Parts: sequence; C-alpha cells; structure tokens
Amino acid sequence: MTDKILNIKNLVKTFGQLKATDDLSLDLYPNEIHAVIGPNGAGKSTLIKQICGEISADQGRIEFLGKDITHLDVVARARLGLGRTFQISSLAMEYSVLRNVMLAVQAVQGSSYSFFKSIGNDQVLRASAMESLKEVGLENRADVCAAKLSHGERRQLEIAVVLAQQPKAFLLDEPMAGMGAEGSKKLTGFLDTLRLRAPILMVEHDMDAVFSLADRISVLVYGKIIMTGSVAQVRNNALVREAYLGED
Amino acid sequence: MLNLTREQLLNGAVVSTLLVLSALALFLDEPFYITLVTKVTILAMAGVGLNLALGLGGMVSFGHAAFFGIGGYVTGILASHALNEELLFTAFGFAVFGTTNMLFIWLFAVLISALAAALIGYFSLRTQGVYFIMITLAFAQMIYYFSIAWPAYGGEDGLSIYQRNQFFSINTLDPLSFFAICFSLLLAVIFLVSRLKNSHFGNALQAARQNEQRLAAVGIRPFGIKLTAFVISAMITALAGALFADLNRFVSPGMFSWHTSGEIMIFVLLGGVGRLFGPVIGAGLFILFEYYLGGVTEHWMLFLGVMLLTVVLFARGGIVGVLAGEVKHD
Ligand SMILES: Nc1ncnc2c1ncn2[C@@H]1O[C@H](COP(=O)(O)OP(=O)(O)O)[C@@H](O)[C@H]1O
Ligand SMILES: [Mg+2]
Repeated sequence: MTDKILNIKNLVKTFGQLKATDDLSLDLYPNEIHAVIGPNGAGKSTLIKQICGEISADQGRIEFLGKDITHLDVVARARLGLGRTFQISSLAMEYSVLRNVMLAVQAVQGSSYSFFKSIGNDQVLRASAMESLKEVGLENRADVCAAKLSHGERRQLEIAVVLAQQPKAFLLDEPMAGMGAEGSKKLTGFLDTLRLRAPILMVEHDMDAVFSLADRISVLVYGKIIMTGSVAQVRNNALVREAYLGED
Repeated sequence: MLNLTREQLLNGAVVSTLLVLSALALFLDEPFYITLVTKVTILAMAGVGLNLALGLGGMVSFGHAAFFGIGGYVTGILASHALNEELLFTAFGFAVFGTTNMLFIWLFAVLISALAAALIGYFSLRTQGVYFIMITLAFAQMIYYFSIAWPAYGGEDGLSIYQRNQFFSINTLDPLSFFAICFSLLLAVIFLVSRLKNSHFGNALQAARQNEQRLAAVGIRPFGIKLTAFVISAMITALAGALFADLNRFVSPGMFSWHTSGEIMIFVLLGGVGRLFGPVIGAGLFILFEYYLGGVTEHWMLFLGVMLLTVVLFARGGIVGVLAGEVKHD
C-alpha cells in the first residue's frame, strides 16, 4: 500500500531487560486519527520517540510517505514533515509565545542562516506565526514570555508550534494532559478538523476524547499492540476491558 | 521622540565614557591613559566575541585564548617576515613575504582562526556542559604548549614586532589614532553582533541555548547553528588578538594560556552574559582593578574574585543586568 502516510513494521526497542516496544506494527492513513491507548509504562511515549527519531529502534522499519526513515535523525524527519508535540511541554522558555512559533515558521522557510534579516521587523514571519496562535486561541498571549504561561497554555502553544511546521503527519503525545475539562473539549473539536490537514497519530489517556475522535484505536500493553480496531470494537473487547479499561 | 531603553542609555554612557577618557588623557597629555583605554577596547572586543558563543549560544568556551592567540601570532608572524624581508612560503611559484598592512593581517587572523574554530568546534560541540568546557580548554592548552615548543617564532620568549603595522596613511604609533582604529572596530563588531542577535540566525541560536530538543523538533539542526556561531565568535576574538599584538608590539605564548581564556570569560560574566555591551563594562572594570588596585596591593585578584562572585551569585545579568534590568525578548 503506498497511500499509507506512516507505516511501522516490527519495531523492537529494549531498555535492558525491559521490552518497551515488542514487535510493534502500526500504520496511519490520510485524514485519519489513529489513537494509541494503554496503561502507564506501556511504551506509548517510547513509540512516539522512535517515530520522530529521538531514540533509535533496535529492530524494525519506519516508512513515512513511502520513504524509509528508520535511520534519519530528528531534524531530517521533521523536515520531511513529521510534526510532534511532547508529553511534557518542551519550549524555548525565555522567548515570547509568538517567538516560539516564529521559530517553527523560519524553520519551514529555511531561513535560519539569514544573518542579517531582522526577526523583529519581519512582518511575514510574524503574521504567519500569529495565524497559528489564532487557531489555538493564544493570540492574546502572543507577547507573554513562555515561562509565564499556565500549564494548559503551554500545551496550546505546543500545538500552535506544530501547526506552524505545516507537517504531513501529526504525532501528539497526550495533548489533553492537564488541559482541564473546558480545554479538552475545545481541543477535541479542533483536532477533529485538523485531521483534514494531515493525519494524526495520538497517544491519549482522555477516553472521551479518544472515543469521540479516533477512527482507529490501537491498544498497547507491555510494548505489544493487543488489538487495533474501531471505537466500537475496542469498547466491546473483553481483553481490552481487562487489560486497560477496567482499571480506568 | 527618541524612545530609548535603559540598556540603550547605559550603552551610550559606556561609549561616551571611553571617548571622554581618551579625550581627557589627550588633554592632560597622558598618552599612557589612552593606551589603557585602548587596552580596554581591545579586551572588550575579545569578550564580545566570546559573548556571542557563551551568551547567545550557551557555549561555555574555556578555550577562547586559542583564537586570541592565533590573532596575535598571525600578526606577529606576518609582520616579522615583512620587516625582516624573510620568505614566509612559496605558493604556485609566488614567493609570499609577510605584510605590515593591518587590513591583510586582520583578514588572515580572522580566516585562520575561523579554520581553527571550525575544527575545534566540530569536535567540542559533540559534548555538553562540563565536557565542553574541558575539551575547549584542552585544545587551547595544546596550542599553548605548541607555541612554547616552536622555536621559529621565539618559543617561550615570544615575538617582538618592531613597528606598529600600517593602516592606510594613518600614523598608527600615535596613541589616539590607534585608539580610534580599535574603538571603531569595537563599535563595528558590536553592531554586527546586535544584528546577528536579532536575525533569524540569532533566533535559532538563542533557542539552541534554551532548548535544543525544541529546535531539532521544528527541523533546525542545533549543531550547525552552534558551530557557525562558535566560528564567528572565534573570528571576533581573533581580531581582538591581532589588535592586542599591535598594541603591545609583542606576542607571547601567554596569549594562548588558560589565564587569558579565564580573563575573557570574566569580562563576559562581570559585564553581563548575553548583553551587547557587557564585555565592555567587564573589561573596563578588570583593567581598573588591575591598574589601580594592582598598584596598591598585589592581591588585587582577590578583590576581583569577590566582586565576580557577588555578581554571579546575586546578579545573574551581570553589571548590565543590575543597571538595566533583565533581558526581554519580544
Ligand atoms: N530511556 C529509558 N531508559 C530505560 N527505560 C525507559 C526509558 N524510557 C522509558 N523507559 C521505560 O519504558 C517503559 C515505557 O515507557 P513510556 O514509553 O514512557 O510509557 P508510556 O508513555 O506508555 O507511559 C517504562 O517502563 C519506562 O520506565
Ligand atoms: Mg508517556
């Protein structure tokens, strides 16, 4: 199948004795939201990190847009169009909100070796960063230092940055975490439209969000995918209830 | 209406102070003080160079003496060959003697230090934190011992330059003229750094200091950005080294020693890490301490140490931070 955006085959990652990723295969189709759920320590973040290149897989193969990216580094994968957010927000804390997004815009423009082009007067750069901020509703906080943002606002800013990257696939590691009920609801609505821009592979604990958004759900337990299926299939699966939903 | 920030006012005051001091020295017919202010100007430039790597890029280089020394030795070697009419090398059938033209000397000083910095940075920047500090120190020490062991250019004794090098038709031996050259270059370099700081490149560089993971995630390779900044930083410090050689008309292995690296770092820490004019204030205070306290007690370094400790512990932005407040990114 060539129309798979992301195609992961037989991925293995061990930390000492621990198999954090155990012969894992997973794919992502255009316009799809594919959610990965599983108990804490199941290996969800480890999976995201291997896809974006932050840690390398021991075995297996990752294809993105039909290209083998298994041995590319984070930067090369980001440039190909993998946009990710971090489970724990990772931002330039001394920069303003706007400037964090401008960084992503200049990365897309490839202008990071412009030595004299001023960042302050670059209206195009500012305007396009502002667009992303408006989408997540942070436009009124544009000039605030990132360190001063609330936890939920930092999560929003992470989303704004990844939007500005104009990726061809989104990798979101627990985007709802710490957003509060109101914030989660807004973000759920937003992600529902975002899938039209690029498919989303999402790790999430918020089951309401997962069940209302996901086209497919993969259940990860001890590094293994025990099933992949539609919302209804996952809901009704006895194994899943036992392994995961029952504990929730 | 002019709307200046406190930092801009402070910068203006610093520039004026240097100018007034040199004018005063001229008026009082005390050329020694002009030389002293020139020294501040040159050392400040070395600090401005380091500040680009350290302040903007977060690269704590304890080996910038290497570049300061390279600037100095390029000057010494080119000038001594030209003055003694000794062949430097032959390339493509052309016999190359040295030169006493400052413009060429600066060009070579900057280019050769850029090569050295590219090499040193390429290896050092694979490490982080304390390891980076140690490996840059190690590289500088290697060059230091090499300069001692290399007899062709004076070895341990250093190398004298009998005349100051030429800058168009200006009499460079005149203290005020030489000061004017150094001062103009310092301002040019600070202008350059301020442009870099506010450029797309500067945005990426300062992000690399704050969070490399973030920079990589948006698709900008931190290594390349940092290496580029490291090289530019070295070029600036090397230019200062070239001027320092001309100021003293003498270069010695001491320029390469870790003391020099330490002093350059003190200028930056004292004045204010990442602040444009920080190293100027830092170098000014250093020389003030060295000459005035150094005349009273040989333990002047102790007082400097106490001051440095106070600033580092209680004022994270150095003297500039105290006087002009915290940095603000728009
Ligand atoms: N760098 C690492 N070194 C050793 N063990 C790790 C490392 N990263 C994660 N782990 C372990 O791998 C397992 C999966 O972790 P993680 O992927 O973060 O889980 P999840 O995101 O599903 O909660 C956990 O048991 C964790 O302790
Ligand atoms: Mg996790």
